[in-house]
Amino acid sequence: MTESSFSRKDMIAVLIFAAFILIVLPLALEPFRLNLVGKYLTYGFVGLGLVLCWGDAGILSLGQGIFFGLGGYCMAMFLKLEASTPAATKIQSTPGIPDFMDWNQLTALPWFWRPFHSLAFTIAAVPLVPALLAFVIGLAMFKRRVGGTYFAIITQAIAAILTILIIGQQGYTGGVNGITDLRTLLGWDIRTDHAKLVLYFISGGLLIACLLLAQLVRRSKLGRILVAMREREDRVRFSGYDVANFKIFVFCAAAALAGIGGAMFTLQVGFMSPSFVGIVPSIELVIFTAVGGRTSLLGALYGTLLVNWAKTTFSEDLPQLWLLAMGALFIAVVVAFPNGLAGLVQENVAPLLARLRPRLRPVPSATVDAPKQGAVR
Amino acid sequence: MTEPADFLLAVEGLTVSFDGFKAVDDLSFYVDANEIRVIIGPNGAGKTTVLDLICGRTRASAGSVRFRGRELTRLKEHQIVQAGVGRKFQTPSIYEDLTVFENLEISFPRGRSVFGALAFRRDEAVRERVREVASLIFLEPMLGERAEALSHGQKQWLEIGMLLIQDPALLMLDEPVAGMSVSERRKTAELLRRVLRDRAVLVIEHDMGFVEDIAHRVTVLHQGRVLSEGSMQHVKSDPKVVEVYLGH
Repeated sequence: MTESSFSRKDMIAVLIFAAFILIVLPLALEPFRLNLVGKYLTYGFVGLGLVLCWGDAGILSLGQGIFFGLGGYCMAMFLKLEASTPAATKIQSTPGIPDFMDWNQLTALPWFWRPFHSLAFTIAAVPLVPALLAFVIGLAMFKRRVGGTYFAIITQAIAAILTILIIGQQGYTGGVNGITDLRTLLGWDIRTDHAKLVLYFISGGLLIACLLLAQLVRRSKLGRILVAMREREDRVRFSGYDVANFKIFVFCAAAALAGIGGAMFTLQVGFMSPSFVGIVPSIELVIFTAVGGRTSLLGALYGTLLVNWAKTTFSEDLPQLWLLAMGALFIAVVVAFPNGLAGLVQENVAPLLARLRPRLRPVPSATVDAPKQGAVR
Repeated sequence: MTEPADFLLAVEGLTVSFDGFKAVDDLSFYVDANEIRVIIGPNGAGKTTVLDLICGRTRASAGSVRFRGRELTRLKEHQIVQAGVGRKFQTPSIYEDLTVFENLEISFPRGRSVFGALAFRRDEAVRERVREVASLIFLEPMLGERAEALSHGQKQWLEIGMLLIQDPALLMLDEPVAGMSVSERRKTAELLRRVLRDRAVLVIEHDMGFVEDIAHRVTVLHQGRVLSEGSMQHVKSDPKVVEVYLGH
């Protein structure tokens, strides 16, 4: 690690976030609400990827739902197979295969389902399958220098295609209902309140780990090259870098992160369906990041929590108005504060802290940064 | 004329056409090691296009560009850079959101692959080289500043510095003093004279005083072809050149 890897300020900000999601929220919220937050946090994984890919490298992907969904489906396939023991499915005409396959007159498990009997394979597949698809897309697009709006539109199209494919291939994918009725993970019932609490902590811990990893990438020279690429792609190219490779890397990394989020979503929510893959969820994921701040990892996480909290709160009372409010929010962010909440905090709160600092110098910096927590939230 | 292999850069029969318009037409010229060559010519003569063709930004329709005996027209841009050709653009092309230090560091020729960049460490060798180049381009006191805070002239110097840190054998500069104040111009000429010694340089420039100051030889382009070539004195007295260019 170079000396620039983590400043003390960054570490404190991460610790505050960790304390917030791993201590404050579990103490303050009832199990049902906490499970909801757990669901929101899985979108946070996508947000981290979007900060790297969109915020830093300037590659806007409107198809992150693809990778979130793929990760989620990988996990759902494993859980579904575990729930489909011959004993549990003995009333089917072909026992031992998932129920929806039986309804669709399939008589054997398709080949691509078989490896998902193994948890180890599944855990590897969760980040790797999305990353592999991202690699293929990236290779086809970035090597041919397709970028900007065209790339965004193509990712959008792929999200639509994948949704149609999943819905159309009912017998293999569970169709529009998705993969439902997931019960146990290695015999451990994931539907109980206690299991959901444990999964919440696993998901939260994993999110913090991914946050640190993303931080590490951003602090490396690679992170600076991503920013440089966003600003002056040609200059980077004429400094001897193969720009396409860096784009492919960051797009794959974002996809892998989204895949992990999807898998944690499946575990906590108990099903996966095409409604998390298509165009609308993909755009929503981008909005969460935009509101929080696309150039700030923590900003994206807070933004994801905030927008989803607002979504749940408002759509419980006024479901029709929510979509309009969300649209208005997005426009407001783009027009008024392009760097999102994180940008607002940096512009308004950071100078305030800087003014406080001289007076507080003898005090350990933990106290100095403490007011920030309230401000960020 | 000696064998082409003796030249650092040998451009032969280079042609590129855009929708039938030949921006560069069967162009040949040769650059020696350690030579400072200035390309001049009226607007639209194809000067910038020639640099684009050499550095791979534009693909040639025909002809060859050989650099140290290696054919460049088939290489990708980053491979051409790695072969030892550096290119400065007309408008300052730097990373405004990064500091001066980071701008130079990114151009440091190490860790250019994805995983190389991930594993790159800012060690003493890097720091020293960055400082060394920064003092050469008059920016040592600004190393920690974000590049957007620099003046136009300082941005031009920074980009020149970003090339110097790569230590290219051939440096291509597109109007390095354009838009500079008189004092900046003088400093730039001084900077170039100091750094251009150990390498070949291909410069496009309109400022005749500046050209006379630095050029070993001058190539005059007109409508994508070489109109005249030789010393500044020779070129200036060539009636063809006077007619199309200097006479205006």
